[in-house]
Amino acid sequence: MTSSVTLERHKYDVLIIGAGGAGLRAAVEAREAGLSVAIICKSLFGKAHTVMAEGGAAASMGNVNDNDSWMVHFRDTMRGGKFLNHYRMAELHAKEAPDRIWELEMWGALFDRTKEGKISQRNFGGHEYPRLAHVGDRTGLEIIRTMQQKIVQLQQKDGREFGDMEAKIKVFAECTITEILKENGKISGAYGYWRETGAEVLFEAPAVVIATGGVGKTFKITSNSWEGTGDGHALALKAGANLVDMEFLQFHPTGMVWPPSVRGILVTESVRGEGGILTNSEGERFMFKYIPDVFKDKYADNEAEADRWYEDQDNNRRPPELLPRDEVARAINSEVKAGRGTEHGGVFLDVSKRIPAEVIKKRLPSMWHQFYELAGVDITKEAMEVGPTCHYVMGGVEVDPDSAAAIGVPGLFAAGEVAGGMHGSNRLGGNSLTDLLVFGRRAGAGAAEYVKNNGANPVSDAAIKSAADRIEAPFSRAGGENSYSLHAELQEVTHNLVGIIRTRVELEKAIEMIADIRARSKNVAVSGGRKFNPGFHLAFDLDNMLLVAESTAKSALLREESRGGHTRDDFPGMNPKWRQLNQIASFDGDKVNIKSQALPAIRKELFDLFDIHELEKYMTPEEIAKGGSN
Amino acid sequence: MARKLNLRIWRGDSTDGGLKDVQVDVNEGEVVLDVIHRVQATQMGDLAVRWNCKAGKCGSCSMEINGKPRLACMTQVASFDENETITITPLRAFPIIKDLVADVSFNYKKAMEIPAYEPPKNLAPGEARMEQIDVERSQEFRKCIECFLCQNTCHVIRDHEENKKSFAGPRFFIRIAELDMHPLDILKNRKRTAQEEHGLGMCNITKCCTEVCPEHIRITDNAIIPMKERVVDIKYDPARMFAGLLKREKRN
Repeated sequence: MTSSVTLERHKYDVLIIGAGGAGLRAAVEAREAGLSVAIICKSLFGKAHTVMAEGGAAASMGNVNDNDSWMVHFRDTMRGGKFLNHYRMAELHAKEAPDRIWELEMWGALFDRTKEGKISQRNFGGHEYPRLAHVGDRTGLEIIRTMQQKIVQLQQKDGREFGDMEAKIKVFAECTITEILKENGKISGAYGYWRETGAEVLFEAPAVVIATGGVGKTFKITSNSWEGTGDGHALALKAGANLVDMEFLQFHPTGMVWPPSVRGILVTESVRGEGGILTNSEGERFMFKYIPDVFKDKYADNEAEADRWYEDQDNNRRPPELLPRDEVARAINSEVKAGRGTEHGGVFLDVSKRIPAEVIKKRLPSMWHQFYELAGVDITKEAMEVGPTCHYVMGGVEVDPDSAAAIGVPGLFAAGEVAGGMHGSNRLGGNSLTDLLVFGRRAGAGAAEYVKNNGANPVSDAAIKSAADRIEAPFSRAGGENSYSLHAELQEVTHNLVGIIRTRVELEKAIEMIADIRARSKNVAVSGGRKFNPGFHLAFDLDNMLLVAESTAKSALLREESRGGHTRDDFPGMNPKWRQLNQIASFDGDKVNIKSQALPAIRKELFDLFDIHELEKYMTPEEIAKGGSN
Repeated sequence: MARKLNLRIWRGDSTDGGLKDVQVDVNEGEVVLDVIHRVQATQMGDLAVRWNCKAGKCGSCSMEINGKPRLACMTQVASFDENETITITPLRAFPIIKDLVADVSFNYKKAMEIPAYEPPKNLAPGEARMEQIDVERSQEFRKCIECFLCQNTCHVIRDHEENKKSFAGPRFFIRIAELDMHPLDILKNRKRTAQEEHGLGMCNITKCCTEVCPEHIRITDNAIIPMKERVVDIKYDPARMFAGLLKREKRN
């Protein structure tokens, strides 16, 4: 136990947990509002999961097709999310995304260009026009590096002003937060440990922005790195915030399937955007069979038209390979289940027949590299084997759209993947990177505004002691459970029972098994010392993943319909009644409880952007008659 | 099918340490990071290793494998002889934290010393126009995943701790080159400060950095050599020298 005399303490105005796109954008905003900012990351600075984003950042700049506008983007986002999105978040996102991309350019980002020298934009699933600003297939890296360097620029400016570059904005790398602290019902700071030494550290701050990303490591096959353990989801729950719609997980349709060690690693959607086609083991281009009714007028039902679309987008419908991700993932799943999968349980994705080798290497350089080095496959000559992989969680902290403030916890903010609502039941590719920027900025501004109105809120010794005791606990047990084995067990449960296709019986079983693992996890023992000890680190990550898995399984059990990233074999198809409800998870200190809550009704002028016949596919006659709220 | 693999892993910290032999199962297609994880999960729960994406995109799992600076996630076990013992050690140019984890904070300090991008005045957001061919030169350097393998292998610091103070290293030479070639950046004299403040002159272009770069960035040919050539031009250009003399006289 760290005594309060020697405990390392820091005081900041705003504490940002997570140094991916959303966290860094929030940091820039809060610093530019004149506040002091601490950025905490579990990894080294610049390694956050944002670097993995490949395809691009969706923003209706209209550089390639000037029919595009925020209204079209808004419509696509709502459609992609099957109208379960918080309309206000989708609206803010669509309106502000172009400004956030242009702003990055002013900070030094170098996007690929059009012939006129503007930022180039590429096609992507679910987007009506070419909309994704990109840099080859390493767009996320460009965005995080630009932001990282923007932080350095701010630090250099502070250095000139205060004589210390880290006077007002400091990065605490390889540091894990185990608890968010509150006093008198408001945020007071956070407690954690340095991964390097295991020493404990206290951050006092009246505002905390959670920007911790996703939960992929809860699942066995995932595109997420070790960091995606749902830390922010769990921290927020424990601090009294709600999680909204945790049943919605995006299984990206194309992850690598072979060799086993790379199973789950992402194959960017740009491969399909650039013309890649999906075929089964019989050589059939199967996606034509899986176009749902709601999308029939937008997607080609024959190969000839689909092929023509690449040349003439105004007079042809899109190829069905570019349907939203949930549709493609389910289609692949069905093909494999029907015995038409590849040798290793995937389907084929092929760009080699349509695009010349040198163009593939130029437009998809990291994909070429990834397959060549890890699977021994040359994608300019052969097809890739791909299958679904757990990629993104649509659910997350319930927030106020405008300020990103977590509902119910004054001083707490959340942005990026950890926040819920923006993407509804299914996220469109490319919407994540701009989500980070739009709501990262709003969270930074929201936190700054809050601090200016509220001021410091000192942490009590009692809160420190209880956080410190929790960190010490796994070291004081002998011969308890192994955190690696429990993690593997949890991943089996979620993979088998809470995966792409779900049923009541399986979900009930999953809830029981997760509760059992959680009970045993209270007895995790750690071997070795505190110094850079991954077994110790995993013990805390595991606790977070268990809370996330419990929230997901319980929300999934309650939602008796199939929509986006939640498919119930026992309740196929969408039910307009369920569209009007969010599932809200809260934590009572012992278990996660779920309740249904009415989804905010879409504003009239946004309602009017849609064709009424389209809305009829999603809404009840009463809602249509009402025509949106005022 | 699984077979047994002999590994020799460096374990210890800044005070003490040495190579430990372990035997571990290995399956078809696995990379070195997979077997390290298996050792961690089954035999050494507290074995320290840094990693993130496991797809060669984040540059976290840099280490030395049979003495060569590599990313563990991109090194196939099958690339070694079946009976070969694979020796895994932490990056040598940086201080040890524990086991396979080195203290790479040197690089983050250097990153803060490179003058930031400076945008043109009077250019409104969205108005920038650049040719693809012009952005590509800088884009090559922006592919850098900051694995710091180039920094680790560069003998200017690998063998000479005393040089660290005055030498930024290849990773930051490409950062300077990237900004120097950036179509919009307006800060002047980037090459000169590379020479005078960041130790560009200490590089004697043995290209070791280029050889270990997992992103195949042509660090030496496309960044370091062009900057060195231009620095020479600037320093020894007779016209500039004469102009410099005049300026000095004026000041005096």
